[in-house]
Amino acid sequence: MDLSFSQEQEAFREQVRAFIRDEMPPHIAAKAAVDGHFEHAEVMEWHRVLARRGWAAPHWPEEYGGTGWDAARRFIFSEELEKSGAPALSPFGLAMVGPLIIQFGTEAQKKRFLPKILAGEEVWCQGYSEPEAGSDLASLRTSAVDDGRGNFVVNGQKTWTTYAQYADWIFCLVRTNPGVKKQAGISFLLIDMKTPGVKAVPMLTTGHTPAFCDTYFDNAIVPKENVVGPVDGGWTMAKALLGHERTMIAAIGHSTRALIRVKSIARQHGLLDDPAWRGRIARLEIELEALRVQNYRALAGAQLGHAPGPESSVLKIRGSEILQQALELAADLMGPACAAWFPPEGVLLPQEQWVGSAFNYLRASTIYGGSNEIQRNVIAKWILGLPAQG
Amino acid sequence: MDFELTQEQKMLADSAAGFAKKTSPVERLRRLRSMPHVEGVEQRHRAENDPVGWEKGVWAQMAELGWLGLFYPEAVGGLGLRFFDASLVLEQLGTTLVPEPYVPSVILGGWPLYRCGSDEQRRAFLAPMIEGRTSLALAWQEQGSRYDVARVEARATRAPGGFSISGEKVFVENGHAADHLVVSARLDDGSLGLFVVDPGQPGVRLLPFGTMDGRRAAQVTLRDVAAPEARRLAAGDAAEALAWALDLAAAAACAEGLGIARTVLEMTASYLKVRKQFGVPIGSFQALQHRCVDMFVQTQLLESTSILAAVRADDADADERRRAVSIAKARLSVGGKFVTQQSIQLHGGIGVTDEHDVGLFFKRMQVLCASYGDEEHHVRRFASREPFEASVGR
Repeated sequence: MDLSFSQEQEAFREQVRAFIRDEMPPHIAAKAAVDGHFEHAEVMEWHRVLARRGWAAPHWPEEYGGTGWDAARRFIFSEELEKSGAPALSPFGLAMVGPLIIQFGTEAQKKRFLPKILAGEEVWCQGYSEPEAGSDLASLRTSAVDDGRGNFVVNGQKTWTTYAQYADWIFCLVRTNPGVKKQAGISFLLIDMKTPGVKAVPMLTTGHTPAFCDTYFDNAIVPKENVVGPVDGGWTMAKALLGHERTMIAAIGHSTRALIRVKSIARQHGLLDDPAWRGRIARLEIELEALRVQNYRALAGAQLGHAPGPESSVLKIRGSEILQQALELAADLMGPACAAWFPPEGVLLPQEQWVGSAFNYLRASTIYGGSNEIQRNVIAKWILGLPAQG
Repeated sequence: MDFELTQEQKMLADSAAGFAKKTSPVERLRRLRSMPHVEGVEQRHRAENDPVGWEKGVWAQMAELGWLGLFYPEAVGGLGLRFFDASLVLEQLGTTLVPEPYVPSVILGGWPLYRCGSDEQRRAFLAPMIEGRTSLALAWQEQGSRYDVARVEARATRAPGGFSISGEKVFVENGHAADHLVVSARLDDGSLGLFVVDPGQPGVRLLPFGTMDGRRAAQVTLRDVAAPEARRLAAGDAAEALAWALDLAAAAACAEGLGIARTVLEMTASYLKVRKQFGVPIGSFQALQHRCVDMFVQTQLLESTSILAAVRADDADADERRRAVSIAKARLSVGGKFVTQQSIQLHGGIGVTDEHDVGLFFKRMQVLCASYGDEEHHVRRFASREPFEASVGR
């Protein structure tokens, strides 16, 4: 039994910290220091800094530009990035479609797409959810009909397509066969956002960021070679992807950073030594530390090559809840000041400027990536073996 | 980073699991537990009201298996393993509520003896306990002292040939049955002293009583009790040894609590599959499924924090130890209570009857949460670490 990282792993952690310290552009570092919000261009700028070092996609196989790091190093890397307040890279290319193309794509698809994802030259977004297909994703209706001339004609609407307004490509689950069981008629299709008939319409989130879009497809012509894997075989592939990098989903580094921010705000309001506030902060920190050990257990399992099982849903559930609570605590500590909504400089402490936005936006953390209720369904069925819901 | 049990640890846990199931199923606690008689109620398991509540034969068996000296060095008859190994046994003892006084005797009584006893005293008082021939108790709490080992009013004044001890000790677990009591008392210079007192000595009066979980404890009154020099444990810092013993006991409570949580989670999930209402198993209802999943989530976290506490509990670095133990013990009150409370809720009316086992697990959990520092105590201790601001994740 050993709960610590090895000396060699800690040395690696130092290497990552030094890299962040030395290579993060000053204007990004200035925002990171006060937990500011990053514009799309800044996220991509940071992506390219990481890419130059060969660290943009640590989890990819080395032959495609990954690092060859084991699960522990990937965890440390991701934890340190989160703890630094660095911009979170867009996950859609690096963490989602990239690994899927690596696993199921053709040689031509790999050559065409992977290098540009890695380099941050092409930005991706995700077309899964639809207005009538959320948690029941398999009931999606966006259709792709074979035109007999080597193309699919795509019609329908995707929603919550995060930052689609900046995306060059979208990966979609589309219905290619309406005549079979709903899971069996779905294909995984890559669509160029410049295709005539494709339109992304941004909307505001409660955090006042234009993170969400509705993306419409009106007779968009997409070459059939853009299907990844077998036609009608998209559902299984998309599900396989859900198990990917499950040891990171607790976002321990993110919550650690949030708690440091909470304590700093508490101090600046003179509340850090107030017993009631201090107790509330300590309780949340205790929850985080419990989850940290839970995460280490999953990580140690991954190090031994155990595939993450449904119990990793525990990491998602608690990780997202704790992150929400941390931002709620930050907002509560601000007292009446938390009401200020994007005020001019000087009204709030620098660290407080984006608390209101993040506090609101992070309500999404218990919804995205499979809502926490869906995670609970997964545990009920696959771990507890409870009977199917009526 | 390594969370795999060694072959030896697996065997230890397996043998403890087998012992719990075969030698001491929950029925045994029912047979031995303290239970005031209620007129006119027929009880399926008639309480015999055993005056001790545990059995010397089983205690000796546990000694035979090496469990009573797992983390004590071989020089005093122990196995020289770590506290983590003991936590594997404790977890299993929790699954069937084994009533033998492991924490009161091995940890609370034994640890101060080990830390502050001379070689001779260890041989005289610790070794026989490790061999299963005697049991111990620690008389440390006083009225109003709550969890503070230093709030001691009992006095040990100089007397010819040694000391004379007077004072009142409360909630002495296993105090009713122990062969030796380890007693804390203030010395003339104001510092804390530890003494070995026998319950049969003149001036010692025991008031035994039953506890909610079916076990027993005693209030101990000491009036001019003679303690010769040879009975003073003076080879170590008494206050430090007591605080450490309490940390070990808290870690033990977390391990036992994990065993309890696992057991009632399993009982509850099984019940949801067979109990039918509205023509279907109630486990098909999403509201109940999700509650049961939350019990699973809490049980997982209890496992993580129990490991954390057990690994750090015998760490000589007191800061590391206190931090880990307080995280785990505070969480036991959050997660452990939730799991046992919900196990009753999901069983419905039957869960509130004495004849169903979930109530026994619930009671034991409540006692564990209230012992060796409750939630408030450990949250406060965790929050009092300095530097508080710069210590997230460390």
